Amino acid sequence: MDNFVEGLSEVTCDVLVIGGGTAGPMAALKAKQKNPALNVVLLEKANVKRSGSICMGMDGLNNAVVPGYATPEQYTKEITIANAGIVDQAPVFKYASRCYDIIQELDRFGIRFQKNANGDFDLKKVHHLGTYVLPMPNGDTVKKALYRQIKRERILVSNRFMATRLVTAKDGKIAGAIAVNTRTAEFLVLRAKTVILCMGAAGRLGLPHSGYLFGTYENPTNSGDGYAMAYHAGAALANLECYQINPLIKDYNGPACAYVAGPFGAYTANSEGKRFIESDYWSGQMMQEFYNELQSGKGPVFLKLNHLHADTVGEIEEILHKVERPSRGRFHQARGTDYREKMIEMHISEIGFCSGHSASGVFVDEFARTTVPGLYAAGDMASVPHNYMLGAFTNGAVAGEHAAEVALEIDLPDFDSEFVKAERKRVLAPTRREDGIPPNQLEYKTRRLINDYLQPPKVTARMQIGQARLAEIRDDLETALVAGDAHELMRSLEVSSILDCADMAAHASLFRMESRWGLYHNRVDYPKKDDDNWFCHTLLRKVDGRLVSEKRPIQPYIVPIENEERTAYDRLRVSNQA
Amino acid sequence: MTVCAFPIKPDEEAMPLAFSPTTVPVVVDEAKCIADKGCTVCVEVCPLDVLRISDLTGKAYMKFDECWYCMPCEKDCPTGAVTVNIPYLLR
Repeated sequence: MDNFVEGLSEVTCDVLVIGGGTAGPMAALKAKQKNPALNVVLLEKANVKRSGSICMGMDGLNNAVVPGYATPEQYTKEITIANAGIVDQAPVFKYASRCYDIIQELDRFGIRFQKNANGDFDLKKVHHLGTYVLPMPNGDTVKKALYRQIKRERILVSNRFMATRLVTAKDGKIAGAIAVNTRTAEFLVLRAKTVILCMGAAGRLGLPHSGYLFGTYENPTNSGDGYAMAYHAGAALANLECYQINPLIKDYNGPACAYVAGPFGAYTANSEGKRFIESDYWSGQMMQEFYNELQSGKGPVFLKLNHLHADTVGEIEEILHKVERPSRGRFHQARGTDYREKMIEMHISEIGFCSGHSASGVFVDEFARTTVPGLYAAGDMASVPHNYMLGAFTNGAVAGEHAAEVALEIDLPDFDSEFVKAERKRVLAPTRREDGIPPNQLEYKTRRLINDYLQPPKVTARMQIGQARLAEIRDDLETALVAGDAHELMRSLEVSSILDCADMAAHASLFRMESRWGLYHNRVDYPKKDDDNWFCHTLLRKVDGRLVSEKRPIQPYIVPIENEERTAYDRLRVSNQA
Repeated sequence: MTVCAFPIKPDEEAMPLAFSPTTVPVVVDEAKCIADKGCTVCVEVCPLDVLRISDLTGKAYMKFDECWYCMPCEKDCPTGAVTVNIPYLLR
């Protein structure tokens, strides 16, 4: 294993889904169910059985819109406000209208959700305004249940193949993708009528404080390959300056889990044990308050449970230490930390792109269509804001159904064999060198520079220095990167995605000359929100080989927002008691 | 523990590589591991693809220190041979 093997095979399909984590399996499933005659291929860099950010499961839905608790209008309003107004409401509203069906379907798959004594879904309030959090008592079964469905529908799964570039036809339509085997470096050319990108967040962008390259909040397989591929195919990417930054347990990559622990009475506190934010729901505004407290004399910040009854803490531990991040208990145990006794130190995560938690993603409309005809995106990498796991499932379903319909109507687009040849040459370049810089060093340096120059608070001159330093690394990547085996080749390709994302992060951040979304885009030299000039999306794309950003108007709201409501998320700090 | 370097080229352009030792988080109990009987479960389920079967011992081991300590390898191992520790830098 890992030795280089020369090889090139070709596969033809109707719908190609890239990424077998959360959105991908659902997209493949729905495409196949829409039309069982279609040839649907699910391509995955790891193994669909245990891939993606939910490889071990998930402890709850963060954004369930369930009748009796919330309406699609209410949810659309909440997300519009939480995302500082920069929202095309159509895809959010569509998600909100459709997600209850998906919850019921997942329930039928065997992924049970918490129900009350009457047998109704038992939701909890965590958000600032509405009630959307639904616990998943057997959330560790998610991947298994999905995998069963994939097998039942006879989806063709191709594991351990990493997509490197999308291929477009002469008329600009999507024509397929090129992939390389992560254990042999053999090539696979996938010709397709439609392609759905479900490749997760760009979670390996910033370097975690621990310095451990793979200790990221997101599954580190989510190295931004989807963002890079969409960019190189000419698709527009939206609001990349709206980074993902999350509150985490210090040194451990698990979320502080206010969603889980909050409804039991736990909360985020300062070193005095006092609450300083009204709502633990993750928004840029909340992260700014978190950051302020962290840097203040009352810092650092803690997760506080030690005021709760020992049995309650036990119940919380049962969820936090067993489902989404089961090594969490082990982390605390090794340090002798007990939630019952003292508060748990928290910190903020490295930066990344992710629409699942914030709003940085490949631009999509309410049918999950990108700006490249025939190319779709869903899940953390698509631009529907605050989308989370249920958004990945729901929008994956939307993408799968629409792509299946389109695939029926069109012929297989033409495919440029010269492009395939050039791409093989590019991919294999690090294997042709006898020595040079290995991917781990190149990655460490790239990500260290991302921390030094691109993470907020953002300063213009600092980001410009960052751009220049990253350009030096790009030279190294193109002339000196060396991969000794197929595994290192995969890592080399991931570094290339990381570097592309870093360039995009800097470019997008410099373009938006205001501050918005709290900490996510806190631009120190433009400290104010400027609605007159920047109440718009920013779209970034590749034009003539270069990064180009432009403004895009926000589509008229479907659900109106009152002036008083607009600023609700700006008032998250607990007001001083008289 | 030895640190070996390769390949050493005499010319000025050479950028020789070193192997730096690192303590790995995933530990396999070789007495329990049945990889020599053909089991490859832990290797197959690892999202980061960092486990391999040793040619020398026929048992599974962590080849690359690139761990998300996510635990499918431990959870899915049919004989309970795999233990995931927290990487030292985080501990």
